[in-house]
Amino acid sequence: MERNVTLIALFAALIAVLGLVPKIDLISGVPITAQSLGVMLCGTVLGARRGALAVLLFVLLVALGLPLLAGGRGGLGVFAGPSVGYIVGFPVAAFVTGWITENWKADIGLAAFGGAILGGIVVLYALGIPGMALILGKSLPEAMVLAAPFLAGDIIKAGLAGLITSGIAKVRPGIVLSRG
Amino acid sequence: MLTLTSPVETAFHRVPAGRKLLALAAATLVIIPLTDLRWIAAASLMVVLLYLSQGREFARSGLRMLWPLWPVLLVLGVWHLATGEVRGGIGIALRMLAAIALANLVTMTTRLDDLIAVVERVARPLARIGLQPRTLAVAIALVIRFTPVLLLNAGQLMEAWRARSARRVGWPVVVPLALTALDDAERLAEALRARGGL
Repeated sequence: MERNVTLIALFAALIAVLGLVPKIDLISGVPITAQSLGVMLCGTVLGARRGALAVLLFVLLVALGLPLLAGGRGGLGVFAGPSVGYIVGFPVAAFVTGWITENWKADIGLAAFGGAILGGIVVLYALGIPGMALILGKSLPEAMVLAAPFLAGDIIKAGLAGLITSGIAKVRPGIVLSRG
Repeated sequence: MLTLTSPVETAFHRVPAGRKLLALAAATLVIIPLTDLRWIAAASLMVVLLYLSQGREFARSGLRMLWPLWPVLLVLGVWHLATGEVRGGIGIALRMLAAIALANLVTMTTRLDDLIAVVERVARPLARIGLQPRTLAVAIALVIRFTPVLLLNAGQLMEAWRARSARRVGWPVVVPLALTALDDAERLAEALRARGGL
């Protein structure tokens, strides 16, 4: 019980830190925000339920007015902005990512990559794009055009989520709870 | 860690948090479906007046909170100039800014403690499915305490990287950072158990 609470809280903090540390090169020369990488890692490392709860806690703290989103944004205004669907979709994305990592009996890195693609991209975009369409007064296909430039970066992040998860599993076998 | 609450004390600070949140929810539901530019302009004007009623310093910090939206406005601007629907574009931009500014107003004038109290009250029925309000409060406190700690760890890991490598800090630094979070969680859980648990 205590362990579940502390893991959930620490990974919520990890998502925040990945959004606030701006200068990691995810691919050489192109610094992109690692916040959604944090959401993917919650699923791949903590598993579906704990991962989703960690992300939910993070979203709650953003709503409470803590500047934890990339670039130091936060507060209720975020939920009236164009990224509302993505932020509300974060916990769902982590759940799906974690569920696939738990249940796809492939190599852990590969399963985490597949989970991150389906949860962190397919599911997240499915929730994020309608939100963007609503706030920006666009049709769904138009909103898809606006979301398209982010796709390449997110596919890279899914690959990194796989590499990082298998890296953690290698250093500390047994600590990756999605396979516990 | 800093919150987004305004240090300038306003009349809105004294309104109970729950009432502000309900009013915000109602106002947002009215603003978001608006399409007539005249109604949108009226709603925007009301939001501007709400800010100005608390002084120019407060209004200016409200404006600063909207600054991160400039890339969105730029995209909207380019889009609507290209399609020629400039009037529609102005309406969409104003509507978004009004809804966000109104929500920011609640964030800026409500203390974190008051909001946490609302969350605990709303979450009380969840005790029946096993989530005690105290557990939630502890989890919130842990995130607030450990975000700066992890941020410090991340800074140290990145410095260690720079001391050893000519290349810029890359993604592999996330592996030890995640391990730090996992290890801290284990130690913290033990410390909590040693003190009687949750």
